[in-house]
Amino acid sequence: MQQFFSDLWTSFEKTFIYDDRWKFFLDGLLATLRIAFFAALLGILLGFLVAAVRSTYDMRQQSGKRALRFGDVIIKILNVICNVYITVIRGTPAVIQVMIMYFIVFANSRNKELAAVLSFGINSGAYVAEIVRSGIMSIDKGQFEASRSLGFNYTSTMYHIILPQAFKNILPALGNEFIVLVKETSVAAYVGIAELTYVGNLIRSRTYEAFFPLIAVALIYLVIVLLLTFLLKKLERRLRSSDH
Amino acid sequence: MTTDREVLIEVQGLQKSFGELHVLKGIDAEIRRGDVMVVVGASGSGKSTFLRCLNLLEHPTGGTITFEGVNITDPSVNINLHRQKMGMVFQQFNLFPHKTVLKNMTLGPTKLLHQSKAQAEKHAIELLERVGLADKANAYPNQLSGGQKQRVAIVRALAMNPDVMLFDEPTSALDPEMVGEVLEVMKQLAREGMTMVVVTHEMGFAREVGSQIVFVDEGVIKERSNPKDFFENPQNPRLKDFLSKVL
Ligand SMILES: Nc1ncnc2c1ncn2[C@@H]1O[C@H](COP(=O)(O)OP(=O)(O)O)[C@@H](O)[C@H]1O
Ligand SMILES: [Mg+2]
Repeated sequence: MQQFFSDLWTSFEKTFIYDDRWKFFLDGLLATLRIAFFAALLGILLGFLVAAVRSTYDMRQQSGKRALRFGDVIIKILNVICNVYITVIRGTPAVIQVMIMYFIVFANSRNKELAAVLSFGINSGAYVAEIVRSGIMSIDKGQFEASRSLGFNYTSTMYHIILPQAFKNILPALGNEFIVLVKETSVAAYVGIAELTYVGNLIRSRTYEAFFPLIAVALIYLVIVLLLTFLLKKLERRLRSSDH
Repeated sequence: MTTDREVLIEVQGLQKSFGELHVLKGIDAEIRRGDVMVVVGASGSGKSTFLRCLNLLEHPTGGTITFEGVNITDPSVNINLHRQKMGMVFQQFNLFPHKTVLKNMTLGPTKLLHQSKAQAEKHAIELLERVGLADKANAYPNQLSGGQKQRVAIVRALAMNPDVMLFDEPTSALDPEMVGEVLEVMKQLAREGMTMVVVTHEMGFAREVGSQIVFVDEGVIKERSNPKDFFENPQNPRLKDFLSKVL
């Protein structure tokens, strides 16, 4: 029994204390958080832009205006680009996307983390775009018409009427997307970016101890996800109580 | 009937198709300031489509609509500016559920007419008082009854100081006991001289405040007359048939 605990302590010490290895975990955690945070920002930005293009295109298709205008042609082209983007991103594995970004696009750059941020941000954008679009589509057409009948143009209608309501509807799906994103950043370990998963695996190979490094990494992800879930629930409740 | 009042809306040869479906097949109409034009017809005959073409919520596939001297079907016209002068009330109310009654009413005036918040709120409260809903200013739409919602929808449109009000079956989604309160507001508006185009099945309303009644059938206006002739001396056989069902 005593032997067991002393063995356990030894592996714990090897994993976290010897050589200040806990600092590796901390650095890895910070890298994971940085990548996830900036990728999420990029994903939101891209997602809303793409959703804006696709919804605008859909609306114009429906409205049946008589004259074909210059703007319609632009929207049509942008819509095709957005569709290709969504199809490619959703149709290929994230690991391959990171590898392409890292080994091809960033072949001559040393900024590994930026490659990860771009790769995951672009990936997330495709999913956010579909979530936002479904949110916009979920709003009753009457809302759009009421706003237009007052004299609001398309953009103001989106801004004042549609998006605030859509946002509330899609918040759970968006939150879920970011939880997935946090976990998916672990794929960056595959190309040697020193985030949390990479660090866990590195310590495992140095110490020949698998238990503590891997369980520790798993627990850290779990805590991040639980924290995110908690914050999202709070935000949802706030939004729900702000109106009825 | 005086004819020297200014023509607000002139509709000429209005056509609308949805793909293969030819809904409006050439409609002519003239709405003068102060007119209350009541549009009746069977369900699916194109009444809503006609009304929604007037403010270009539906884009006509033929003909012209001239509003205050401007051909608004011309693609180079900025329709948003003209819509500010055409209030619209929908069957399903379409209040903005994420905004209070007051915010519903002041959004347009502050953002589009550049009124100050205080100014817009003052006007909104006055309008709410007129329809007996001043105490609901800070309520959210889903805290209101159907009749209250529709009255708010009417004053939301009025807050923009429109020159004409378009109503698309404003009482059809209401419980029977709430129809009266909404019709009363509309009658009041008509008496104050508001120009109105009203699609409705409320024949009592049509008879009482309509200045011209049109019967839409098979994509055209089959009959158009004053309320007395319309109800007491209908000419078109399809209208006679229609009236025998609804009266
Ligand atoms: N957006 C649309 N797309 C296709 N068909 C439509 C659309 N709106 C209306 N219609 C069709 O046009 C006809 C007239 O509809 P509508 O104007 O709503 O009739 P009403 O208001 O008199 O009941 C109906 O057959 C309806 O199905
Ligand atoms: Mg209708």
